[in-house]
Amino acid sequence: MNDRFIELDRIEKVFDVRKKTGFLRRERREVRAVDSISFTVARGEMVGYIGPNGAGKSTTIKMLTGILTPSGGRLRVAGIDPSRERTRLARRIGVVFGQRTTLWWDLPLIDSYRLMHRMYRIPDARYRENLGRCVELLELGALLDVPVRQLSLGQRMRGDIAAALLHDPEVLYLDEPTIGLDVISKAKVREFLKDLNTEQGTTVLLTTHDLQDIEQLCRRVMVIDHGRLMYDGPLTGLHEVGESERTLVVDLERELPPIEAAPARVVRVEGPRQWLAFPASESAAPLVARIASAYPLVDLSVREPDIEAVIAQMYAQQAVSNAVS
Amino acid sequence: MADLDERAVARPAEDPFGEYGVYSRVRDGLRAYRMIAAMWIRSTMAYRASFAMTTFGNFAATSFDFVAILLMFSQVDELGGYALPEIALLYGTSAVAFGLADLLIGSMDRLGHRVRDGTLDTLLVRPVPVLAQVAADKFALRRLGRVTQGLFVLGYALATLDVAWTPVKVLMIPLMVASGGLIFCAVFVGGAAFQFVAQDASEVQNAFTYGGVTLLQYPPSVFAKDLLRGVTFLLPLAFVNWLPGLYVLGRPYPLDLPTWVAFAPPLVAVACCALAGVAWRAGLRTYRSTGS
Ligand SMILES: Nc1ncnc2c1ncn2[C@@H]1O[C@H](COP(=O)(O)OP(=O)(O)OP(=O)(O)O)[C@@H](O)[C@H]1O
Ligand SMILES: [Mg+2]
Repeated sequence: MNDRFIELDRIEKVFDVRKKTGFLRRERREVRAVDSISFTVARGEMVGYIGPNGAGKSTTIKMLTGILTPSGGRLRVAGIDPSRERTRLARRIGVVFGQRTTLWWDLPLIDSYRLMHRMYRIPDARYRENLGRCVELLELGALLDVPVRQLSLGQRMRGDIAAALLHDPEVLYLDEPTIGLDVISKAKVREFLKDLNTEQGTTVLLTTHDLQDIEQLCRRVMVIDHGRLMYDGPLTGLHEVGESERTLVVDLERELPPIEAAPARVVRVEGPRQWLAFPASESAAPLVARIASAYPLVDLSVREPDIEAVIAQMYAQQAVSNAVS
Repeated sequence: MADLDERAVARPAEDPFGEYGVYSRVRDGLRAYRMIAAMWIRSTMAYRASFAMTTFGNFAATSFDFVAILLMFSQVDELGGYALPEIALLYGTSAVAFGLADLLIGSMDRLGHRVRDGTLDTLLVRPVPVLAQVAADKFALRRLGRVTQGLFVLGYALATLDVAWTPVKVLMIPLMVASGGLIFCAVFVGGAAFQFVAQDASEVQNAFTYGGVTLLQYPPSVFAKDLLRGVTFLLPLAFVNWLPGLYVLGRPYPLDLPTWVAFAPPLVAVACCALAGVAWRAGLRTYRSTGS
C-alpha cells in the first residue's frame, strides 16, 4: 500500500485544440500533452519531475490534483481517483503553482490563512503550530498584514507554500516553486522543503527548470519529454543514459596539430591547450597514458559532464529522434 | 495511519445523505459560502466611509430606473393600463428579488475570466464546492443599495395600492420576493455555466439578468405576445413578479393561463435551481484549464 502512494498506469491526456483558420472555419488538432506515462511514488519520497517547455509536466500535476480528467489510463493518489473525488482528495494534498497564487489576491496574507483554517477544518492547535512554523522558517512575520497583491514574487511564493501546508497534506505538489526567485529565496525554499520531507515525512513532487533544485533536493528524478517518460531513476544515473561525455583538458609544451587518440576527439584548440571529449563510460587512465607517451605534456585535467549539459543533450536528442520518426 | 488507509479504500458514499452525498455537499457549500462572504464583509468594513459611499452610489444609480417611470407618469396617468402604485408593486418586487440574487451571487458573471486565464485551477484544489467559492468571491455588501431602493418602491406600492388584501395576497408578497430571488440566482448560475463554453458570454448573461429585471419593471401588457411567451415558458422570468403580482392586483395575464399559475413560483424556482445545478456540473466538467 505504502509504496504505491501515487500510482499512474498508462496515463494519457489529449487536448482538442481548435484553431480558427478563416471565417467560421475551424481546424481541429489533437495535442498529446501526456502520452502513456506510468510511474509510482512511495510515501515520503521526494521526486523531481523535469522536462523541456511543453513536455507535459503541469498537465500531469493537474491530473494528479483532479483539475483535469485523464483521457486514458488509471490514476490513484492515496487510493483515490483524483478527478472523480476531487473534493475528498483536496484535504489530503497541498498544491503550489509557481505561476499563479492560491491566495486571495486583494486580502492580507493572514486572511487567506484564516480562511484556509476554517475551510480545511484544521484543529486550532494544529493550525497555530503549522502557521507558526511556516512563518518562522519562511520568514513571513512581517508580511502577514500585507495584501497579497502587494507582495513581491518571492514573498508571494513563500506565502503560497505556507498556505499549501497548513492542513498537513500527505503529499505536496510544486509546479515551478522557485521560478523567478533570487538566490537567497531559492535557498530558503529548498531548505524548507528538505526539512518538510525529512521531518514531517511529506511526499513531495516538484517540477522545475532549475536543476540545482533537483540536485539539492531529490534523490529520484523523472525526465519527461513530449508527454513521454524518458528517464526515471537517481540523478547520477542520468549521465549513463544521456550518453554524456567527459572532457580532458590537455596543456602541451607547444602548439601542435590536434591530438589523435580515439575514442577521444579534439573539440577545441587554443594555442598549446587542447580539449578532448570522450564517452563518460570510458576510463580516463589508459587514454591519459597514451597521450602522455606520444605528446610532450605539461598539465592535464578531467572535467565531469555537468548535469545541466547532460539534460540539455537529452532534450536535444529527443527532439532529433522525434523529427526523424 | 490505519485510519488513513481505511479511508482511502472506502468507496464514496452513493447514499445522498452520506458524507459525500448531495446534502452534505450543499451543506458544505453553504458553510464555505458563509465563510468566504464573511471574510469579504470584514475586509469591506475596514473602510467604512468608502463602503457607505459605494452603497449609496449603488442605491442612487439603481434609483434612476424608477425616476424614469415617475417622469413618465408626470405626463400620463397610466402605462399599459396600469396606475403608478400598480407598477410600483411590479417594480418593487422584481427589484428586491433581483437585488437579493445580485447581492448573493452577482459576482458570478466574472467566471469567464477565470476560465480563460485558468485561475479556476486554484479553486478546484480546495476541499469545498467550486460553486460556493465562485459565488462568494468578492462578496459586495454595497449591492444592498439596490435592495434598499427596491424596498422603498415596494413600501410605497403597499402603502398606496387600492387592493382588497386577503391573507393569501399578503403572503404572496414575501413568497414572490423569495422565489423571484431564487429564479434570478438560477439564471446567474446558468449563465455562469454557459461561460465555461463561451468565455466571453458575460454580456449575454447580463442581457438575461439586468435586461430581464428591467423588463419585469414594466407591466406585461406593454410587450408583444411572443416576448411574453418567451419569458413565461422558456426563461420563466414571468414567475418572478408578473404572474403572482397580477393575481395580487386582480388583473388577468395577457396570455391565457389558469389562475393557479400565480402560485407556481416556488415550484418554478426549485425547478430552475435544479436545472441550473445540472448545467453548472456539466459546465465544470468541460473545464480544461490552460497551458502553463
Ligand atoms: N488547457 C490546454 N489546452 C490545450 N493545450 C494545452 C492545455 N494545457 C496544456 N496544453 C498543451 O499540452 C502540452 C504540455 O503542456 P504543459 O503545460 O503540461 O507543459 P509543461 O511541461 O508544464 O511546460 P513548461 O515547462 O513550459 O511549463 C503543451 O503542448 C501545451 O500546449
Ligand atoms: Mg508548466
